[in-house]
Amino acid sequence: MIPTKPVPTEKRDDKQLTFAERIYLPEILRGLRITLRHFFANIFVWGQRQVVTIAYPEVKRAVSPRWRGRHRLTVREDGTPRCTACFLCSTACPARCIHIVAEEHPDPNIEKRPGRFEIDLLKCVFCGLCVEACPCDAIRMDTGIFALSGFSRQDFYLSLPKLLEGVPAEGPASAGGPAKTRN
Amino acid sequence: MFNAVLIDLLKIGLVVAALLQAASILTWVERKQSAAMQDRIGPNRADILGLTVLGLFHPIADGIKMLTKEDFRPRGADPYLFPLAPVLAFAPAVIAFAVIPWGGTLRFGEGAETWFVPLRIADINVGILFIFAVVSISVYGVVLAGWASANKWSLLGGLRAASQMLSYEVSMGLSAMGIFMVFQSLRLSEIAAGQGELMFGFIPKWGIFVQPLGFILFMTASIAEAKRVPFDIPEGESEIVAGYFTEYSGMKFGMFFLGEFVEVVLASALITTLFLGSYQIPFVVADQARNLYGLQLPGAELWPWNANLVAILQALAFVFKVCVMIFLLQTIRWTLPRFRYDQVMNLGWKMMFPLALANLLITAFLILALS
Repeated sequence: MIPTKPVPTEKRDDKQLTFAERIYLPEILRGLRITLRHFFANIFVWGQRQVVTIAYPEVKRAVSPRWRGRHRLTVREDGTPRCTACFLCSTACPARCIHIVAEEHPDPNIEKRPGRFEIDLLKCVFCGLCVEACPCDAIRMDTGIFALSGFSRQDFYLSLPKLLEGVPAEGPASAGGPAKTRN
Repeated sequence: MFNAVLIDLLKIGLVVAALLQAASILTWVERKQSAAMQDRIGPNRADILGLTVLGLFHPIADGIKMLTKEDFRPRGADPYLFPLAPVLAFAPAVIAFAVIPWGGTLRFGEGAETWFVPLRIADINVGILFIFAVVSISVYGVVLAGWASANKWSLLGGLRAASQMLSYEVSMGLSAMGIFMVFQSLRLSEIAAGQGELMFGFIPKWGIFVQPLGFILFMTASIAEAKRVPFDIPEGESEIVAGYFTEYSGMKFGMFFLGEFVEVVLASALITTLFLGSYQIPFVVADQARNLYGLQLPGAELWPWNANLVAILQALAFVFKVCVMIFLLQTIRWTLPRFRYDQVMNLGWKMMFPLALANLLITAFLILALS
């Protein structure tokens, strides 16, 4: 048996409800005071710091650089993908959602390149193990894209052209300013 | 004679239109007010030509949505009772407005040919009993909805609703009884006129001043009748999906939904009529018999105003008071947690019923002692 530290027990305070609490009306008034205070504060200073709503999609929450979004494949200086089809990411993936078909690279110094590189987003668990496994920094998950939607299953199979599309306009880490709200 | 019928039809049209507008605006009020209380913004996206007027187009969007949704009928649902239930839930609340006076009396013409247009649809001699009778019919709507849905949770919701509404009707009637004893009448027009008098020279004789306990009891009972939080066990949002109207979609759901808001307006209008001085403005005199209209502060002379101006101001005062009550009911709705079912029954029978009876006794003694 694993010895455990004794849990400190507190004295329970089982006090009886006072008369005012039992007739409930003063409690209602206390509650009303709190909500009315919020109400009047918010309608007169509407849109300022007391309201927590963000006007998505015009204003988006900032994501950190390490946040794992949709995948992308990086490119060399001449525009070809860095990926050498070594299958390390495919092997590391716990959901087995990366499917690669290798082919010959025209440059004799580079062995292979991916002929087909497909990620099934419906299976991907966004764990980032493929990014950790890649020895060439060829695959990254730093696009910051989280709004993945489509009208058919095919829309969720990322293939080479889509993966090579690059980083979206906001950049990998959209710091953004204070959230702007709309009245 | 023909004119009178025309005027009545106009008033009916006006009241029904105003009620439906009020119910749909109440959906907006509910969402925006709850948002303000919860540090949110609320709906602000529905727009026409790029103009979002604080989200006021959302009730229109809701209406279009409800009209265009699939009209679903569950397998096994009773073919006649299932469509009938929303009607029985919606219609009584609108019908009850037939006897509520919402303004003074307009007068046109002079002397022998004065033509009075009282700002109410009908003035029945049993006034408030008509309202209680009609509101009882809405219990049928709820029970039928629960039964005809062929769904266990709807049935539970319907049963709970029926017993809750019946229990609180008793307290509602008894708590209003004190008002009838004070004003010596069941006619709502006489109760409204009686609240224009002054007690001790400067306090208007509103129901809330002569019957404070009755006001609290009646307000609680009417919230329970309208199945609003904290008494919304029948709907049980987040417990039994949507309770008795789980299986309804499209406009049938819209009828339940809007019917509930019309009941909120009805409850507010009733509380205003009986306890908040109906359409009376303090110190404004509208004496039809002696043709005296104007402002009379205590101890000062009467400042005569136009009779129709007084009537219109009184109608606006009624609307303002109803709006204040609606705001209060909505604030209570978004502040209090829901009561458990046994707590609801306990409150209705073991606390409010004896309190209402005690209120009656005390009122009776005081009336005897002070007369």
